[in-house]
Amino acid sequence: MTNVADAPPVQGQMQPPPRLSLSGLIAQTEVDLRLFGMLVALAVILLVFDIISGGQMISPTNMVTLSVQATGIAIIATGMVLVIVSRNIDLSVGSLVGFVAMSYALLMTDWFPNILHLPPDFPLTWAIAVGIGIGIGAGFGAVQGFIIAYVGVPSFIVTLGGLLTIRGLVWYLSQGAAVSGLDPTFQLIGGGAAGSMGATLTWGVGVVGCLAIVWFLFTARRQRRRFAFPVRPMWAEAVIGLVGCLAILGLAAFANANYWPKGLADQYAAANGIAVPAGGLQISTGFPYPIMILIGVTLVMSWIAKRRRFGRYVYAYGGNPDAALLGGINTRWTIMKTYIVMGILCAIAAAIAAARLNGSTLDVGQSYELYVIAAAVVGGTSFAGGTGSIAGAVVGAFVMQSIAYGLSFNGVNSPGQNVVAGIVLILAVGFDAWNRRRSRS
Amino acid sequence: MDGTPLVELQHINVAFGGVHAVQNVTVDLRPGEVVGLVGGNGAGKTTLIRCLSGAHPADSGQILIDGKPVSIANPRDAKALGIETIYQTLALAENIDASANVFLGRELTSRFGDLDDAAMESATRQVMGRLNPNFKNFKTAVVSLSGGQRQAIAIGRAVHFNARILIMDEPTAALGPAETAQVRDLIKQLKSEGIGIFLISHDIHDVFDLADRISVMLHGRLVGTVNKADVTTDEVLAMIIMGKMPQEVTQHDLAELHG
Repeated sequence: MTNVADAPPVQGQMQPPPRLSLSGLIAQTEVDLRLFGMLVALAVILLVFDIISGGQMISPTNMVTLSVQATGIAIIATGMVLVIVSRNIDLSVGSLVGFVAMSYALLMTDWFPNILHLPPDFPLTWAIAVGIGIGIGAGFGAVQGFIIAYVGVPSFIVTLGGLLTIRGLVWYLSQGAAVSGLDPTFQLIGGGAAGSMGATLTWGVGVVGCLAIVWFLFTARRQRRRFAFPVRPMWAEAVIGLVGCLAILGLAAFANANYWPKGLADQYAAANGIAVPAGGLQISTGFPYPIMILIGVTLVMSWIAKRRRFGRYVYAYGGNPDAALLGGINTRWTIMKTYIVMGILCAIAAAIAAARLNGSTLDVGQSYELYVIAAAVVGGTSFAGGTGSIAGAVVGAFVMQSIAYGLSFNGVNSPGQNVVAGIVLILAVGFDAWNRRRSRS
Repeated sequence: MDGTPLVELQHINVAFGGVHAVQNVTVDLRPGEVVGLVGGNGAGKTTLIRCLSGAHPADSGQILIDGKPVSIANPRDAKALGIETIYQTLALAENIDASANVFLGRELTSRFGDLDDAAMESATRQVMGRLNPNFKNFKTAVVSLSGGQRQAIAIGRAVHFNARILIMDEPTAALGPAETAQVRDLIKQLKSEGIGIFLISHDIHDVFDLADRISVMLHGRLVGTVNKADVTTDEVLAMIIMGKMPQEVTQHDLAELHG
């Protein structure tokens, strides 16, 4: 660093003077306005459907169901962000979910007991199955990624071929049969009353989440202080911390207000010798496991996108492939890795799908690719490359799922839901294009 | 000027399909020296220099650093040898911020391999404070910055990493007069630190102001290399346009040049 050693150290720039307009105050919190806007839109969508349904829709039970339904799409959408940001596409995700889901089903019903002769009480079969499924997903991702990045076949073609081929292979796996009867522990991945954490753990997760927010804000502030960079005003930190903690604890309380169905609760009471009080035994479900998996995936993927070299290279490549190459980045390996990540996420989503079904059929994951791409795009990922956020895609998945759920709750059939979903997708991208043009001029 | 040259490009050939973009070109560069590389559009200056920066390996020919042959297959090889390049296109990813661009491909990380954005921003603030003290937009994507600010980032990237050899392809093309003067001062300063600089420029005055020697290319070939002190701008123009060395130029040629 001899070149810069003689340069005077640059002090942090002056903080902007506090402004007392609403927009000024919001600007000082440095909140991602786009994400904030999408959360508001999501709330509005839910409220409108709630009003149409006469206040019936927004209940803990419905919201937990809606969330669990959104998890598969949301999990894969986090990977689709990286793929689209680096100027590619993946159309094969739905077929890959189907293939891995069928693999889980066959592993646990056929291959483990009949080929490997594992005894029925063999420990952790569910975990071994998930491990193998993730390997299968990563393998398919690696093959497609290699053809795209190193052979140079356009991703649209490779993954369109993947969509057809892999869906065809699902049939060969099971000879066309539907398979059911999975490991009971594996089934917990799918959620439901048993596949949820219960009240105590849910509160625990809420508290840990709050501590994590405070710790995150604190370390970020300390890090900027270390280099004498401008920091957010203290009140803004407090507001962000408070809003974040309240949101997490509110969600925990909401999930705990969802109770086991009466039949299951009565069975549980009878099995454990608990007297059923008047009005039925109320056991809180709390957060279902698939939601916890989604939260974990979102955090890990955000960390990869923002804090790791790989993520930085994906965005740099999307912004200017030439600059990435001249910067000495191994761009081919970077692209191939996005598809490996995608395969792993498909395997995770497939586990949730297979666990919910307690098995697999030939059409698990059918047309996932369309909803996943829609979720990413509604969540702000641009096909021009270089822009998109993980959190945005997750919110995008919830927006799409809320619309489908709200329509269905209010009696609109599935073709009608598709009509609306298609229009929303076009509107979202149209709004994005309009917004870009406006901000440029 | 004696001693081993810092860089020698010997008998470099590059062809695109049937087009010989660079034919048998030999140039060299000494420590603390600025060699101006001039020529019209399509003369092969940028193609030649891309061999040295690793952007496009030569078809044949040899590159020597400190007298030793080296192999430069990609930009990473070049950077490992202390060769930094400021491309005419700037090669910035416009969707990410200044420090992400300065450290692109060479990110600073924590012990656990996480990006250390604060450390990178700090280093970027230092280098930018030296190049462009008015630069304040460390958190915004490069796309919303002015041409001069982008140029400063591209230069900052080259300067930060202790280059021994600096390639500047049209570094002042997008700049206003004040910023151009800044870049000129910077080149003089880097030169005094012993860095060797290849300066590609359309602007003959830039080259005359800054270069010690001038290598002229025409149609992919080297016309010749001259000491700036021995030639006039007219003679260099004759080399650029007619491909004639100063001793070959006639009065008639000069008249035509000004005609």
